[in-house]
Amino acid sequence: MSKAGKTWDPGNPDRLYIITSGRSRTGKQTRLDLVTLVVSRAAPDPGLQPEHSAIVQMCDYPLSIAEISAYLTLPVSTVTVLVTDLLKEDQVEARPPVPVAALPNVQLLEAVMHGLQNL
Amino acid sequence: MDYKTSDPYAGPRKEDILPSSTAAAVKVVIVGGFGVGKTTLVGTVSEIRPLTTEETMTQAGVGVDDLAGIEHKIETTVAMDFGRISINEQLVLYLFGTPGQERFWFLWDGLFEGALGAVVLLDTRRLEVSYDVIGLLEERGVPFVVAVNTFPGSPVHPMTELRSAMDLPESVPMFTCDARDRASCRDTLMALMRYLYHLTNEISEPQ
Ligand SMILES: Nc1nc2c(ncn2[C@@H]2O[C@H](COP(=O)(O)OP(=O)(O)OP(=O)(O)O)[C@@H](O)[C@H]2O)c(=O)[nH]1
Ligand SMILES: [Mg+2]
Repeated sequence: MSKAGKTWDPGNPDRLYIITSGRSRTGKQTRLDLVTLVVSRAAPDPGLQPEHSAIVQMCDYPLSIAEISAYLTLPVSTVTVLVTDLLKEDQVEARPPVPVAALPNVQLLEAVMHGLQNL
Repeated sequence: MDYKTSDPYAGPRKEDILPSSTAAAVKVVIVGGFGVGKTTLVGTVSEIRPLTTEETMTQAGVGVDDLAGIEHKIETTVAMDFGRISINEQLVLYLFGTPGQERFWFLWDGLFEGALGAVVLLDTRRLEVSYDVIGLLEERGVPFVVAVNTFPGSPVHPMTELRSAMDLPESVPMFTCDARDRASCRDTLMALMRYLYHLTNEISEPQ
């Protein structure tokens, strides 16, 4: 699940540095959509708040922001803040939705139609 | 990865887990008036038990307070149910059923943003609601198809009559649908995809 060359060491003291300067390090903040998929990078850090920890645990496999909101019974905007925290700490990764400008591209639509045929 | 948990939060059931390979999602929004069958449609095609997500909306209140220059905010929690269809190992489609109160839809940042398109469920018992709904989508530039949900005792109108009552251009697909029937819902979503496909090709093909 973790990308090559980006290993996560939970005991790394540099983590504090990363938390405090996450903004500059990440550069442009990832905008989180209702259907942005969140996936954990590692086991939850023991120091995490319960909600943060719960997100890391349930995102063992990909889950959308909407699903996290449903399982935690928290508003989407709250979940967005929590996931943004976790992104800064490299506890999770975000997989943005397929970009749809004015209209979706043909390959995407073909894939969706193919998938729907199996319904 | 499997983490030991003793937390009070329940995550997805084992059968509701997406494969790690899932790389990205797309979304479609189901719109329509109160009780038209939005939740039913989502439930009929979803591979997971439909879930509910919520958002807190803050609206500037209008009232006597404003005269005194006091900022008056009204907070409302809006709930929306949604389901999921895995398209393939990499791609997943989410379906959102909007809450009944239309005035909240566009306050919900990002509900329509990035959506492939929308399905309007049309209730022939309350045509004026659908008329407003269609107007909102057109304003926003959200591509949509219209699925006419028929209820026992609903007034029956020929499609052409419905189309003109809705001021709907000939190009927008309109058909009947039974939100309780899986094949009918699949055809509805398929019709939306075909329509989008048509729109995309129309634009990319030089005249
Ligand atoms: N005959 C018929 N009944 C339907 C159909 N779709 C839904 N119903 C019934 O209509 C009722 C309302 O359906 P819902 O799916 O809850 O409607 P909704 O649009 O989600 O309603 P709100 O969220 O309250 O706006 C339920 O009792 C459904 O069983 C349909 O296609 N045909
Ligand atoms: Mg409903």
